Amino acid sequence: MTSAHHEHEHDHAHQAVPSDLALRVKALESLLVEKGLVDPAALDALIDAYQHKVGPRNGARVVARAWADPAFKQRLLADGTAAVAELGFGNYQGEYLQVVENTPQVHNLIVCTLCSCYPWPLLGLPPVWYKSAAYRSRAVIDPRGVLREFGTTLADEVEVHVWDSTAEVRYLVLPERPPGAETLGEEELAALVTRDAMVGVAKVALPAGGPA
Amino acid sequence: MNGVHDMGGMQGFGPIQYEKDEPVFHERWEALTLAMNIAMRRWDKWNIDTSRYAIERIPPAEYLRMSYYEKWHVRLVELLVQSGMISRAEVESGHRSAGPLHATPPLTAAMVPAITTNWSVAAARDVASPPRFQVGQRVRARNVHPIGHTRLPRYARGKAGVVHRNHGGFVFPDTNAHGLGENPQHLYSVRFSAGELWGAQASERDAVYIDLWDDHLEPA
Repeated sequence: MTSAHHEHEHDHAHQAVPSDLALRVKALESLLVEKGLVDPAALDALIDAYQHKVGPRNGARVVARAWADPAFKQRLLADGTAAVAELGFGNYQGEYLQVVENTPQVHNLIVCTLCSCYPWPLLGLPPVWYKSAAYRSRAVIDPRGVLREFGTTLADEVEVHVWDSTAEVRYLVLPERPPGAETLGEEELAALVTRDAMVGVAKVALPAGGPA
Repeated sequence: MNGVHDMGGMQGFGPIQYEKDEPVFHERWEALTLAMNIAMRRWDKWNIDTSRYAIERIPPAEYLRMSYYEKWHVRLVELLVQSGMISRAEVESGHRSAGPLHATPPLTAAMVPAITTNWSVAAARDVASPPRFQVGQRVRARNVHPIGHTRLPRYARGKAGVVHRNHGGFVFPDTNAHGLGENPQHLYSVRFSAGELWGAQASERDAVYIDLWDDHLEPA
């Protein structure tokens, strides 16, 4: 996280939540269980899966593999769906995957202006900012301004490509491997890759002091 | 529908509020709401497009006031009532009022790992007709303003772009959301230059890629 970003950081501003919303949700759950429409154990299992099993570590493994294995990277860019299936990923909200590669000339950014489409199997559930009106409205008209808020400043000659997820195709950014990371193994590489870099709002950096 | 959900290019929402180390869920009810939405979809009483349209029909002021998962809760109640699975009276009382129901939930805990590894809402379809547009062809997004659900964002309408990729055949959400059939057709990634979309204020190097279907496009 850069210092430029810190200036914009504040606690998650909860929109006004009616005090009885938690109760309404609980009441709906009780009703659906009472009617036999839902199995409470299935709800617990779903919550556990999205809280603990499906998240950006999955995407980071894909990125690290692409950095370490040029043949995999080629397959990943040609057919993202098939390539991530090699690692066991690709399912609900990620059936059709297109991976877009950052280079010194091109920087990619992902958004869903109409709702909240996001590559769940690789990144987990989207963070609040990704679903916010501010991000959804501005990513397409002012991508460079959005990137600056995240501490990512691009030279004028770099092209910014914004991918608006309007269909069932899901997008993932393949960030640039940071200089100095050439000697790292796949696991060490994966540890460097952040969710924000795979959405395209940040770059991947080596920890201060360089690789361990 | 020219709704408030169609946010691309709107201004005035301020800086992006970033929460460091954000938890997956902030409250238990958010997690429950997500899980109930996924579990109830398994009854197959509605599709992904109907479901998105239910959120788009939340009145604009409410849409902007509500948090993400509050919208998901409202949407789920609407879809359950519309499909006759529950009644308004039951929502109010929190208890079952209708006669006996021997339902067997289609989703069990044992199936959850398969859902998060294999289950798919698969929207790809074989389309017999050839694509109307070719990669590299100049196209224009149609200037249309349908009252119902559409995945053609307002900021692209009337704008010219170039077909970047053909994704293959996909269910057409604009009809599928309304029970008018899957109407599968070719889906394309279309590149619009930032200058075409936003005028001289945009960087001439930048571009927005939007996924659009045959029926959204015409030759330019």
